[in-house]
Amino acid sequence: MDTLYLSGFVAVMAVATFCTRAAPFWLLGGRADHPLLAWLGRMLPPAVMTLLVLYCLKGTAFAAPPHGANELLAVALVVALHLWRRNALASIGAGTALYMILLQTGALAALPG
Amino acid sequence: MTSPAILPAALRASLPVAFGYVPLGMAFGLLLVDSGQPGWLATLMGLIVFAGSAQFLAVGLLAAGTGLVEVFVTTLLLNSRHLFYGFSMLGRFSEVRGWRRLYLIFGLTDETYSLLTSTRPPEGASRSGYYLALTALNQGWWVLGCTAGALLGSAVTLDTRGMDFALTALFVVLAIEQWRAVREVYPFVAAVGAGAVALAFAGDRNFLLAALALTLLALFARYAAEKKTWTPST
Repeated sequence: MDTLYLSGFVAVMAVATFCTRAAPFWLLGGRADHPLLAWLGRMLPPAVMTLLVLYCLKGTAFAAPPHGANELLAVALVVALHLWRRNALASIGAGTALYMILLQTGALAALPG
Repeated sequence: MTSPAILPAALRASLPVAFGYVPLGMAFGLLLVDSGQPGWLATLMGLIVFAGSAQFLAVGLLAAGTGLVEVFVTTLLLNSRHLFYGFSMLGRFSEVRGWRRLYLIFGLTDETYSLLTSTRPPEGASRSGYYLALTALNQGWWVLGCTAGALLGSAVTLDTRGMDFALTALFVVLAIEQWRAVREVYPFVAAVGAGAVALAFAGDRNFLLAALALTLLALFARYAAEKKTWTPST
């Protein structure tokens, strides 16, 4: 594939991505003090964080063993650890380690039932 | 402009993103090189596109020799969820100017947005310096991952299956932090409701966009209801 096409491809994708990120600033740049924007700035982040959790988990295969138990246990560990110690790195590290072990060993999938 | 306390704080905050970005970037680099593209393309995309889902999509688009107009439109649609992020960053970015502002806007990925809205700069440090450090570190992890994946080619033997759960865990932690910050049930309930509707009715690829649009509707409705005595502004 020729370098000209590849360069054009990357440039187009870069410009399109930047446009989606910059549009609100171009459209609303002068209205940053509007109460609706202040309100959205407060309410949108928790909602988006919740959506991103759902987005990450929506690919979970509930139909096949272990029926989402890997995800459920790992998320439960993250929540419990974080409510208890409030150490983000520890919560994330422990949850990810548990998930990797469960997934790679297939421990829960091998359980009967 | 960079006080000494900024870097360690930003590094600590961005580490969870590193655990997500490095393996994910590696997966992208591997995939791209496997599909017959040159390795430098992976690094270049990490540097000037910096969008995970768009870059993964690019592997298929490149293989099909897709026309550039179609590439433009597809990327716009795929990344349109970023429109919603900008709305809530207007205030936070308002005091940042020039190239710093452009770079912060350029680097507003899902994960960077999450960190910028959920973590605080260290005591006495400049907010724009902390934001810049976080964004640059996040992009550094991403470029590192893309490049490493392209260099390793298909010779990789490390079993990283499941490591991308770090991103899920990061969002769970940030959602808990958001709960501590706002103490309002409504945005969480609205998001779960919107997510359930989007899951039922929108395709896999449109989930995030549909769910965000529904969430925004629910938030607008609540705002209008709370502001019964509406004062028209000019």
